[in-house]
Amino acid sequence: MSDQPAITLSDIGKTYVVRTKAGALRRHRNEVKAVDGVSFAVEAGEMVGYLGPNGAGKSTTIKMITGILTPTSGRLRVLGLKPVAQRRMLAKHIGVVFGQRSQLWWDLPLIDSFDLLHHVYATEPGRHKHNVAEFIDRLDLGEFLTTPVRQLSLGQRMRGELTAALLHDPELVVLDEPTIGLDVVSKHAVRTFLQDVNAQRGTTVLLTTHDLDDVEQLCKRMLIIDHGRVLLDQSVADFKKEHGTRRTLVVEFEHVVDPVQLAHATVARCEGPQQWLSFDRSVTTAAALISELAELHAIRDLSIDEPEIEDLVRGLYKS
Amino acid sequence: MDSPASLGLYGRLLGARVRSDWQYRTSFITLLFSQALVTVLEFVSILLVLELVPNLGGWTPTEVAFLYALATVPFGMADLLMSSVERTANHVQAGTFDRLLLRPLPALFQISAIEFELRRAGKLLPSLGVGVWAVANVDVAWNAQRVGVLVMAVLCGAVIYSALWVASASVSFWAVGSREAANAVTYGGQAANQYPLHVYRNWVRAVLGWGIPLAFVSYVPSQWILDAENPLGMPSNLVVAIPVVTVAVLVAALGCWGLGIRHYQSTGS
Repeated sequence: MSDQPAITLSDIGKTYVVRTKAGALRRHRNEVKAVDGVSFAVEAGEMVGYLGPNGAGKSTTIKMITGILTPTSGRLRVLGLKPVAQRRMLAKHIGVVFGQRSQLWWDLPLIDSFDLLHHVYATEPGRHKHNVAEFIDRLDLGEFLTTPVRQLSLGQRMRGELTAALLHDPELVVLDEPTIGLDVVSKHAVRTFLQDVNAQRGTTVLLTTHDLDDVEQLCKRMLIIDHGRVLLDQSVADFKKEHGTRRTLVVEFEHVVDPVQLAHATVARCEGPQQWLSFDRSVTTAAALISELAELHAIRDLSIDEPEIEDLVRGLYKS
Repeated sequence: MDSPASLGLYGRLLGARVRSDWQYRTSFITLLFSQALVTVLEFVSILLVLELVPNLGGWTPTEVAFLYALATVPFGMADLLMSSVERTANHVQAGTFDRLLLRPLPALFQISAIEFELRRAGKLLPSLGVGVWAVANVDVAWNAQRVGVLVMAVLCGAVIYSALWVASASVSFWAVGSREAANAVTYGGQAANQYPLHVYRNWVRAVLGWGIPLAFVSYVPSQWILDAENPLGMPSNLVVAIPVVTVAVLVAALGCWGLGIRHYQSTGS
């Protein structure tokens, strides 16, 4: 199983039929191509980021890979299996996390979900115990193990979801927006954990995200999808070199001042005491800029705008 | 999946469901209590109605009671274990059906367990009461053959009703708001099946009795076991067809369900 790719999509398409009202009884039948000829392969042991704006086709792709949705066209193999036809066999070998939808038993203590999953996946008891102990330790689950899932914070719940998805030692983990809505600390915990799982267990990881930081910190390779088509498939390092190094520093001075003149940053926008400074992260750092600015004027507030995935996609169309 | 292991797993999933309900204690206890009350009242009302029923097309009140029990006991069993599939519509609508598809278990097995409701047992108990009373009071010389047909009829009946639930729940993969229409077949068919088939007009008989085919649940086996009046002139060996019909209905229902899952469109996340 290890010498073939973990996931292979060849010219995969998914068309939804959407019926819209057109008069009292008549309805229009529209076909919407959510995924339109997507091809890529993920090698065993890889960690790949799958990005795209809302409605780009990310979730649809994920749902086809996991056997939830039937592709309209194309050829799909996951761990050598056909996802829909061999769904239950595939389910034993993959772990899935949907950031916005819980896989846990909502009204029961977290530990109960783990125990139920042990029986659902028929994992070997010794292995199960070992995994539960390891994940409790790594993800710091100890203090809320006996709390009903519905009472957990989003960060706690997400750590529970990750554990639930990995307890049966899947060869492939698919995560749909695993960091959505998390605070900085929880995001860090989730990322570190995924990195460890990938490095130590050799688990293949495919994750969709809005958050470019996720990809930068976790993945060596990234894919960008929009309107159901793959726009880009390259290494994260190359991508950063070409597209991802511009940042914007938003500074609010104590008083209204003229646009500042700096060597390595340009004022993109100026509004009252606020100024938007665009800079290249490969040339200078935000810290250097801030200390320069602080010498010029009194500063009230600062923030750094990360480029949004939507902006990057727009940039890709332009280039 | 081997069957002892899956029975154990089913038990665990049921346990999880009951423990989840127990989190909302007051509501859980109130529901169980009110269901128990309804159950007792229902049993009393059935006995009252049976006292008033005249001969129905040659069937005595005791024979009608037997038929009633043979229609309602399998229905109660199916209701307890499989009517939870009608919750498929809610899962499809909310997109939570995804979760069932991500586990290495049949979706039907899961939905039956996770949507289990103990209060549904309340419907089964009065029917069983009527059944016991009818078996004890009908004018029948019980022998191995009759008992065998009775057991087979109860089991096949439960499977036929379950298959109806599954088939009608499959519609929700295409039309989410189809639950009411589906209930017309399941609950409606069940209500009609509590009286001897020959009291109905031809078209009702054709649709509910032989089309759906609920006649094989209670009318056919009751007539044979009781050796009751046969105004429809059914062949006497029609009981042999019961398992055949059951398998056919089951295969058709599972086919609908499988098609439905393939058609499942999930929801945006």
